Amino acid sequence: MTLRVLYFARLRERFGVAEEPIELAGGCVADLIALLQARGGVWAEELAAGRAFRVAVNQDIVALDAAIPDQAEVAIFPPVTGG
Amino acid sequence: MKPGSMKIRVQSEPFDLGAEVNAMSHGRTDIGAIASFVGLARDHNDGSGVSAMTLEHYPGMTEKALATLADEACARWTLLDVTVIHRVGRLLPGDPIVLVAVASSHRGDAFAACEFIMDALKTRAPFWKKEDTPQGERWVDARASDDTAAARWNAP
Repeated sequence: MTLRVLYFARLRERFGVAEEPIELAGGCVADLIALLQARGGVWAEELAAGRAFRVAVNQDIVALDAAIPDQAEVAIFPPVTGG
Repeated sequence: MKPGSMKIRVQSEPFDLGAEVNAMSHGRTDIGAIASFVGLARDHNDGSGVSAMTLEHYPGMTEKALATLADEACARWTLLDVTVIHRVGRLLPGDPIVLVAVASSHRGDAFAACEFIMDALKTRAPFWKKEDTPQGERWVDARASDDTAAARWNAP
């Protein structure tokens, strides 16, 4: 399935990309994170187990075991710091 | 609360606390209490001077997340109106960042809902601050105390 993946704030700067299409065979957030970790470098570093980041699927923050529907908008970002 | 009376805005422009509060009660006499909170940009954080900050957000999700927080407050307390305004872009020390104003018949609901919305916003609304300091630019780290403040609303 094809996803639209967005990155924000510090992660956008570290990855050097704001948005990209990604083809994913598996169906949950953890599968997407594993695919990105496998790129190595900053991807493996920032998305390593124990690092603090959040994932939103279709604009709702979800857990790593949440399913991702086809054509979803998935965003990966640091813990929020507004207000 | 009257359908559609909630006001949620994400904007780069400043806001006027007095004008927003007056707008809530204009033309109605059922409101007995309005509690408001305004967050300002500080000139210091974590031991460094801060000369400016830039607020980034996730367009689309931000508005939805803020509306969800306000809806949760309306479900939990008896409210007559809610306004949430959050600024984005570059801000200077002393500039207002965020406004939450809550109207109700009695003060208890207004105070509690206003604090709840701010605590929830701090951990769930997709905004990120980057500060200009004498050592250069830095992204602000999330605070554990904000998680604690948000979690206390879930306590039995």
